[in-house]
Order: sequence, then structure tokens, then C-alpha cells
Amino acid sequence: MTIVGLTGDEAVAYAVKQSKVDIVAAYPITPQTIMVERFSKYVADGEVQTEYVCVESEHSAMSACVGASLTGARVFTATASQGLALMHEMLYIASGLRCPIVMGVANRALSAPINIHGDHSDMMASRDCGWIQVYVENAQEAYDWTIMAFKLAEDKEVQLPVSVNLDGFILSHSMEGVDVLEDGVVSKFLQLRKPLFTIDPAEPVTVGALCLPDYYFEFKRQQVEAMLNVPRVLRNVNKEYRGVAGRNYGVLEAFGMEDAEVAILCLGSTAGTARAVARKLREQREKVGVVKLWLYRPFPTEDVVVALRRLKALAVLDRAVSFGAPYGALCSDVVSALHTQQEKPQVFNVIYGLGGRDIEPSDVELVFKEALKIAETGVVKEPVMFLGVRE
Amino acid sequence: MKSEEKPGWKSLPIGAVLLEPGSSLKYKTGDWRAFRPVVEKEKCVNCLLCWIYCPDAAIQRKEKWVEVNYDYCKGCGICAKECPKDAIKMVEEQK
Repeated sequence: MTIVGLTGDEAVAYAVKQSKVDIVAAYPITPQTIMVERFSKYVADGEVQTEYVCVESEHSAMSACVGASLTGARVFTATASQGLALMHEMLYIASGLRCPIVMGVANRALSAPINIHGDHSDMMASRDCGWIQVYVENAQEAYDWTIMAFKLAEDKEVQLPVSVNLDGFILSHSMEGVDVLEDGVVSKFLQLRKPLFTIDPAEPVTVGALCLPDYYFEFKRQQVEAMLNVPRVLRNVNKEYRGVAGRNYGVLEAFGMEDAEVAILCLGSTAGTARAVARKLREQREKVGVVKLWLYRPFPTEDVVVALRRLKALAVLDRAVSFGAPYGALCSDVVSALHTQQEKPQVFNVIYGLGGRDIEPSDVELVFKEALKIAETGVVKEPVMFLGVRE
Repeated sequence: MKSEEKPGWKSLPIGAVLLEPGSSLKYKTGDWRAFRPVVEKEKCVNCLLCWIYCPDAAIQRKEKWVEVNYDYCKGCGICAKECPKDAIKMVEEQK
């Protein structure tokens, strides 16, 4: 076991270094900058054989990644916030052309007003772009999931890009002890990418041809199928990774759910705070639990239903707002997943932490208390609660 | 080709990649057409203005007159407009 001190961003860069990536094309943006800054240092110091493409924008970064990925290369990029927004149209091209690119996203609020701190509004705005989305809780998970992301993306049943999301500043800039694998172990785990096709002058193919109403739909259906394959493939990836790293991963992580009557469901670093509060409340004999989704796209509907259906009340925490929608994006997905079940909890949505506003243990406790009250009364008075905003 | 005769999502290569060069010949685009140009051979003087003006390559030269390749003609009507002998009529396609 080798423990090194790494921030979330550095942990991603370290994982990318060990993943023997052929091409990185990226543009720096806070709070992702350290991922590419650290990686460009590896390139400059000759520690990796990677071609580092300096580009003039995130739109160009993703365009270069698409081209590189089509040659059969293993490709990484990273971004956040406005950068992800600028990439938007190219995100669809990466997934539509089935490029297994891996992207680190240090989630950050979207302008206006401008803000550099962490919330999920950037990736949530791109949730339908056909990318697999993983959210991590700490630097260790950022490291582990970046390595696993390449294996998942490049699987022949998947062939889709993956974004590994870590909360801006909270994770991207906080140093933790990260248990890193030996280089050789990562190489053996990942192997070389085996593309289904490449753009090779010796064997010409056409990529990006016009697809009219008589064919377009079929290719979108293929992407749906690839997404449906993800949970099954991911189970194997997680299992194999457990074999080499000894750490357990899956589509979600449940805490206290064996006997919980109320629970919080959330993404990312908030899960740690929620678990600490849940532990305290459980000592006071409150039957509370926490569900953290590692996998958000594809949405692990079956696992979510199994984890939640016996609850009396559930709070879904969204660190992004979907203006004009009945709930935040995560809560809408949870409600949709539970919709067909006879047995299901009362659900309420908590919008929190926008623009990097802290969520403290006392805030989480407030949410649990509300959930316990709903479990007792069976009445949701406030379907969407705005946690920690001044009136 | 009718929609149901085309391959489904399970058999198409992923990512809309075309594995075979020159395959656009197989992709018949004539079904966009709402009006079809019909050549009256008797009036045609084989001046080939239509052949020059056709934005596709749908006018085919014959010994004494021209013919239209309906697999690719999209029915724009330029040939009919340019024909100095009024030898091409645009006729509405019937479903």
C-alpha cells in the first residue's frame, strides 16, 4: 500500500498518468486547472509518452479529443463550468461517434452571476449528452473511478465517453491521503484500448456522414442500448478493480439502509457529511440512512428502487436547480424510478449548496428531522425545500 | 428503398461509421422528390442544357435525347425551367 498526499485534481492527474493515455487536449479552467497543469508537468518531465495538445478553447479541446479518439487512441480531457458549457455541442458528437473519452470535471456553478465554486449545475445541464456520468465523494474515489472509467468507456459493449465528476474546491483542492496502485498494476488492469474501428488511411472509413430521418433514429437507439449495457459492464469492472485495489465500488453506496425508515440520497462529497450525521442519529436510535449514487448516467433505476422502496420518507439532495421544473434533476429521476412501484416512500427535494455554499452537519440534521416528521405524518408540506438560502 | 427494408439498429455499425468507401452510390436519394421531370423525346433536341444545369448528375445522355435517373433526381425542376424547347414537364409524384 502506497499512500500519497493528493488533492482531488491531482489524484485524477495521477490516475491519468498511470492509465497510459495517448492524447490529452484540454484548456485550463478553475477549479479543474490542476488536473491539466499537473498532467502537463508529467509530459514536460518526460514521465509519460502522452501527446499534449494545447488548444484555444474547450470547444477545440473536445473536438481534438474526438479526432484523437477516432484514431484508436486513449484520450483524456478535463473541464468545469463555462468550459463544459462551451464544449456542449461537441459532447454530443463524442458520444454520437462512440468515442470512449474520459473527462475529469471539477463541478462548478455556471455564470451569471459569475462564481468559481462547486455545485452540479454544469454537468446537470449536460445530462442528456450521452455521456456516462460518475460522481465521487473524495480524492480516493476520484483516483479509483478515473482508472475504472477508461475500462468502462472502452468496453466493446459500451464505447461511450465517461465524465468523472468531483465537487469543485471541496474535492478538487483538498488534499487527502490517497492509496495509489503500482504503475504495472494499472497497466495490467487497463490493457491497451481495442477500438472497434479507426480512421486509418490504409483502411478508409467515413465518419460523421449525413444521417437523415431514415437512419438517425437507429443510431440513437444504439446509444440507448450502450447505456443500458453500462450497469452490467460496470459490475465486472468494479469486481476486477476490487481484485487489484481491494476497494469496493458499484452503482451506489448505501449506509444504514438495512433498517432505515428515512434516508437522504445525494451525489458527491455531501454523502460524507450526510453519513456522519446519520451515524450520530442512529446512535440516538433514529432509523436513518444515506444513499450515494456513484453512477448518475445511466441512471441505475433498478438498484435505486431496491434501495429505496421500503423507506417511509426520502430526501433527494440536488446541488443544482432545474428552473421551472417540478424538482431538481436528480429528484426528478428518483421520482420517475419509483413511480411504477406500489411500495414507495414520500419523496421531497432539497436544493442546496448553489455556488459552493457550504452544507454543514446541522443542515443535514435539519433535512433528516424533516424526513422523520414526514415519515410520521405521511404528509409532504414542502415538496421542494431550499436549504440554507436567505429569505 | 422503403424504410422497413433498411437495416435496423442491431445490424448497423455503431457511431454511424461507413465501413465501405464509395457507398453513397447505394444511397438512393430520389425519394425526396415531390415532382418528377418527364422528358418528351419528340421535343428534345439533345442540346444538353439540362445536363449542364442539373445540380446533381441525374440527367443521362442518350444518342438522340436525354433521360432522367430517378434514383438520384430530387425534382428541383431546373432542367424543366432551362429547357429551350419546353420538352421537360414536372409531374407531381403519386404516393
